[in-house]
Amino acid sequence: MEIIVTILVLLMIASAITALIFKDLMNAIIASCIVSLIAAILFYFLQAPDVAMAEAAIGAALVTAIFVIAVKRTKRFEE
Amino acid sequence: MRKLIGIILLLIIAGGITLSLKEIPFGIPKTKIGEHFIKKGIEETGATNIVTSVVVGYRGFDTLGEITVLFTAAIGLGALLSIYRKRKADRKAEPVSLIVYTGCRFLFPILLLVGTYIFIHGHLTPGGGFQGGAIIASAFLLMYLGCEGKRINDKVSTVIEVLGGLTFVALGIAGLILGKDFLFNFLPKGEPATLLSAGIIPVIYIAIGLKVGSELAGIIDNLIEKSQ
Repeated sequence: MEIIVTILVLLMIASAITALIFKDLMNAIIASCIVSLIAAILFYFLQAPDVAMAEAAIGAALVTAIFVIAVKRTKRFEE
Repeated sequence: MRKLIGIILLLIIAGGITLSLKEIPFGIPKTKIGEHFIKKGIEETGATNIVTSVVVGYRGFDTLGEITVLFTAAIGLGALLSIYRKRKADRKAEPVSLIVYTGCRFLFPILLLVGTYIFIHGHLTPGGGFQGGAIIASAFLLMYLGCEGKRINDKVSTVIEVLGGLTFVALGIAGLILGKDFLFNFLPKGEPATLLSAGIIPVIYIAIGLKVGSELAGIIDNLIEKSQ
């Protein structure tokens, strides 16, 4: 159990750093979506299913969609 | 130079967080009020889900404030985007593949059902109005992505939103009249762990679920449909 949580936290940190490094904003959005998704799984492991549901639905789905729409309207690549 | 300052600031913040969190034992209750909610929550509110008994029962007024914040945000976005006109229906959209179209049409009713189930059973199982509403909004997002030409009916969604908010405030005022304070739980508590229990809590959560769902779906609709 502890090993799974450790792997998930490391993956979360890795995807958060990749979201900062990527020049392609669409990839950065997907990386930050992965952060939210792993956060939802960790909330579930910490016995907070209510928060996990909200994080998965809002953090992973709706916020990602809003960011994708915003990037589609502006520029895709960072200079 | 800027990077160096950033790294130093980050280290200071990290050190502060570590120092402050080191002393707190994890998972051990520090206050008496938490224990009270866990021990007496089911008895006092009738809701099996303790989170719901806190969110809608003990601090229902704060939840009304949260709803108001979301409502204000949605209205602000709508006002900001109202300077752009609505896109024409015959815009040149790239056609969606058959697999995506069929998958979206298959998943849409199931997602609506899951969202509705979550907010109706908010007082029994994990979840509630906010989570159910967000799932319903994501169902509408899927429809926007997958089914070309299918749109939300603005009038119906506004009516549902207004009715949700009105139900919440009306129940609060009814509690003021029938009981002793705002949002007083005046309906019978019933048998715990059954669908018709916990008095006004499920009614409030259904209202919140419908309101949040239509608001978030409206935000998505505004962002996708309005263009320069």
